[in-house]
Amino acid sequence: MKSLDELAKIKESRRAVLKIREGVPSATEKAHVMMCGGAGCISSKCLDVVDAMKESLSKNGIADQVQIILTGCLGPCDMGPVAIVYPDATFYRRLKPKDAEAIVEEHIMKGNLVQRLLYRSPGAKEPTPKVDDIDLFAKQKKIVLRNNFYIDPTSIEDYIANNGYAAFGKALTQLKPEEIIEEVKKSGLRGRGGAGFSTGMKWGFTAGAKGTPKYVVCNGDEGDPGAFMDRSVLEGDPHSVIEGMAICGRAIGAEQGYVYVRAEYPLAIERLSYAIEKAREYGLLGKDILGTGFNFDIEIRIGAGAFVCGEETALLTSIEGKRGEPRPRPPFPANAGVWGKPTVLNNVETWANIPEIILKGSAWYAAIGTEKSKGTKVFALAGRINNTGIIEVPMGTTLREIVFEIGGGIPRKKQFKAVQTGGPSGGCIPAEHMDTPVDYDSLGALGAIMGSGGMIVLDEDTCMVDIAKFFLDFVVDESCGKCSPCRIGTKRMYEIIDNISNGQGKEGDIELLIELATTIKATALCGLGQTAPNPVLSTIRYFRNEYEEHIKDKKCACNVCEFKE
Amino acid sequence: MINLTIDSQKVAVEAGASILEAAQLVGARIPTLCYLKDLNVIGACRICMVEVQGARTFIPACVAPVAEGMVVRTNTPAVIKARKLVLELILSDHPQECLTCNRNQNCELQKLAEEFGIKEVRFDGAKTEYPIDDSSPSIQRDPRKCVLCRRCISVCTNVQTVQALCAENRGFDTLIAPAFNEKLANMECVNCGQCSLVCPTGAIVEKDDTAKVWAALADPKKHVVVQTAPAVRVQLGEAVGAEPGSIFTGQMVSGLRRMGFDKVFDTDFTADLTILEEGNELLQRVTTGGTLPMITSCSPGWIKFCEHFYPDLLAHLSTCKSPQQMFGALAKTYYAKKAGVDPADIYSVSIMPCTAKKYECQRPEMFSSGYQDVDVVLTSRELGAMFKQAGLDAANLPEEEYDEPLGISTGAAAIFGASGGVMEAAVRTVYEVVTGQTLENIDFEVCRGLTGVKEATVQVGDLPVKVAITNGLGNARKVLDKIRAGEADYHFIEVMCCPGGCIGGGGSPIPTNTEIRLKRIDAIYTEDERMVLRKSHENPAVTTLYEEFLEKPLGHKSHELLHTHYTQRGVNKK
Repeated sequence: MKSLDELAKIKESRRAVLKIREGVPSATEKAHVMMCGGAGCISSKCLDVVDAMKESLSKNGIADQVQIILTGCLGPCDMGPVAIVYPDATFYRRLKPKDAEAIVEEHIMKGNLVQRLLYRSPGAKEPTPKVDDIDLFAKQKKIVLRNNFYIDPTSIEDYIANNGYAAFGKALTQLKPEEIIEEVKKSGLRGRGGAGFSTGMKWGFTAGAKGTPKYVVCNGDEGDPGAFMDRSVLEGDPHSVIEGMAICGRAIGAEQGYVYVRAEYPLAIERLSYAIEKAREYGLLGKDILGTGFNFDIEIRIGAGAFVCGEETALLTSIEGKRGEPRPRPPFPANAGVWGKPTVLNNVETWANIPEIILKGSAWYAAIGTEKSKGTKVFALAGRINNTGIIEVPMGTTLREIVFEIGGGIPRKKQFKAVQTGGPSGGCIPAEHMDTPVDYDSLGALGAIMGSGGMIVLDEDTCMVDIAKFFLDFVVDESCGKCSPCRIGTKRMYEIIDNISNGQGKEGDIELLIELATTIKATALCGLGQTAPNPVLSTIRYFRNEYEEHIKDKKCACNVCEFKE
Repeated sequence: MINLTIDSQKVAVEAGASILEAAQLVGARIPTLCYLKDLNVIGACRICMVEVQGARTFIPACVAPVAEGMVVRTNTPAVIKARKLVLELILSDHPQECLTCNRNQNCELQKLAEEFGIKEVRFDGAKTEYPIDDSSPSIQRDPRKCVLCRRCISVCTNVQTVQALCAENRGFDTLIAPAFNEKLANMECVNCGQCSLVCPTGAIVEKDDTAKVWAALADPKKHVVVQTAPAVRVQLGEAVGAEPGSIFTGQMVSGLRRMGFDKVFDTDFTADLTILEEGNELLQRVTTGGTLPMITSCSPGWIKFCEHFYPDLLAHLSTCKSPQQMFGALAKTYYAKKAGVDPADIYSVSIMPCTAKKYECQRPEMFSSGYQDVDVVLTSRELGAMFKQAGLDAANLPEEEYDEPLGISTGAAAIFGASGGVMEAAVRTVYEVVTGQTLENIDFEVCRGLTGVKEATVQVGDLPVKVAITNGLGNARKVLDKIRAGEADYHFIEVMCCPGGCIGGGGSPIPTNTEIRLKRIDAIYTEDERMVLRKSHENPAVTTLYEEFLEKPLGHKSHELLHTHYTQRGVNKK
């Protein structure tokens, strides 16, 4: 493809085929079955369901009239395998191979919905067949995950049909580099990796930095326990990341991008590799893109299993082929990133926002969210909650809405206790703060952080000392060992809390924990160490009584901790 | 210039300076542990934390660059408290074995603990447990004492370009060791000991061989002879508490005698001999079309480096043994016969500024007397320890002369201890041998100093002799790569393994830094100037040696005793 016209032609011809996914019945096709092919549904054997469905279609002689598309993550992992059947947008859940025949013969061939596979809201008598009507989806707003319901992640033409690469085309032909950066700044987009730094400012610093070549890097080293937002994007819509990075390349004058993906995400790596290959084939990566003279290409770098490589300087060091350890900032990546050259580094989710911002404009984006936190945020709901999985909501949605409305509340009629955000760097927010709007600043004020989007719901049976111990154990294991406060300090904190949790706690331990925590926060080298004490500090802040009970009464009210005699 | 405020003092420094450097200008001494000027600036230990107005966390002064208008406080109660806790954490993972540690009273961690007034370590949790690696004949590693400052990695990787050490495992289990925790002896480690020189604690130390020497001295059957390297005379003073740059030649000789050594000889004697052998070898190569450039072979760390990393260039090495090994071979042949001592009874000790010499004396090529030519090598640090153990008040000992004949030497031999010294000594001799004329100005300033690669052309008769001098193996690489690429037209190259030459060797007193190296170099040239004889070929004892024993340079006996051969080792081979 050598021009925008060609891109437009592909879009038009492909759109015609995809009308069915917008609810328009097709003369030649009976249905498109969007089977969730996220890692969660694959684990719950959605591929077997696909096989059974194909068999049934063949048996009934309609194999050429029905497309089965393996999508990226559709969200409600707990209900997997799930699927959406178009044109009527029916949502089916908990599919087994034996259900395939009913879907084919009843729904697709006769138009009768398979009632037993439909979603029912908690307490509702009647099922909700249409995906858009389901409460779980209705309160969400999809920008990052805009394509997951509609496209085949392995089809670049599907992506193009849904406005894919149009923003890149616009950035190449209608916007000057500084105008692109200005748009991103005005959109108010902040880094979705957790720290929430202004993306536009980051790009501006890098564009203005001395030194060539410049680089664009995507952080796909998602490592917080229970978090899989980035995996969902990479598996479900890899081109959105490629397009975002290419737009940035144009904005800052970079010709090379790297996507750093953790090795534990083989499907994401496979789909992204394929997408990069296709983008090259279609002339959207490589030399002289769309005949504009702009060159840009992307390579994948696979991590080696270290959580710390999600920290930006450690990630850059790892890309260079060295032991993944953080380096002091300044210099910041904007001035000295990969190979010491100016580099923009953003997280997967941040990249996926970029094409929409460029295409629809900064004003459209800035109208979504709160005053200082714009747009949407993808969260991974996990723990003691009915609807586990991936959601995307506007910034400012309250924790209550997320947990009780979208998340469907707590199973087994248990009491809600707290929600843990931000993983090992974050904190626990107790019930009294449930009406807090979720944005960068209000979560920070509560001693938690937005983080990358992991949200673990805890109920009354959860011991908070045990939770703090779990996260400390994680950071002790994942500390790179370079700086002394993190290497030794987190270990000592773990040892103290381990003693508390097995009945060996002493008077003064809480104070010692606080002293260690505040010093580690103030002296550790990188973000990992500086935030590692947060789970302890926030549980002491809100649940100090549980610590005291363990120490003084040698009692764990939740019966989680086992005491030594 | 950047203007900032440190502890209420206004200061202006060059852009790019660190807070640590700026603070020194206003008299604020910020404590450090992992930091080593110019060599290791990584901000890992977090001892040098300071408060910077507006910053979210404390800031590591060693790596943080100054910024215009910055307001820094280096000693607030909060900063002091944080530093103390970080140090307490480091101590909580350190064996409390100070009294029996090699580095007792010369340990940076111990000094910090004293300065910070640490009275108690409140954490009694797990400690790093890795076994001691004493596989190397030169260096012993005790990972339990390691504070993970990584200075050793930095010097091994960036200065020596050997990369024998790296960080492995992670978190609390992080270990600084050869890759895959291989034994040091199985690595491409060249035994230079620069790691032991920069280690702030006792985690990397020289292999302590003093007990062997005490045992030999206690054995009435042994005839114990000792040789002292050129650099040791300007290092021993430091090892026993004197100022850097002190010359302790005479005191060292009398001290060694009082310890009970039967003969106190001088490696300088065989340094002069080396010049005659090596100078003639050079002339022979030049006149007969031998392999050029010829490269010196005095430095055993350099030899092993060449064997591993440039095995294709071994033919460029002079076949001369190092002065230490020439001495060893002669002590158990020429001297034994002359003194009427059975060589089997001779115990040959050598005092070197060098850890690689401990390895060299055990090489299979170094048994040409029929015995191990040099029995044991002590570093300058170990000699200092023996002086202390013997209760010798070195500074107040009388100055005595070396024993004859292997104690007679010239100034040319003394300067072997500094980078460029071998070259200068060679030029003094080769010039006179070739031209038959007396060299008037014998001070070749161009050879001297700490510059990594020095080049010069010396007119010797009709021949413009092109020479190069390197110190530190990273600098040697630069010249060796030129040879490989066919871009080097030198005749003669001096390579010294350690920065500054032997005065900066891995067995030197601690600390050894640029400033101290320069003082030792000054002392070496002072020693040269005060010698009566300053050209190797004027050494009367060497002349007698040839007359009585060796016959002529490069002769049959020389080949047997004074020359050697090398092994192609390559890399990644055990």
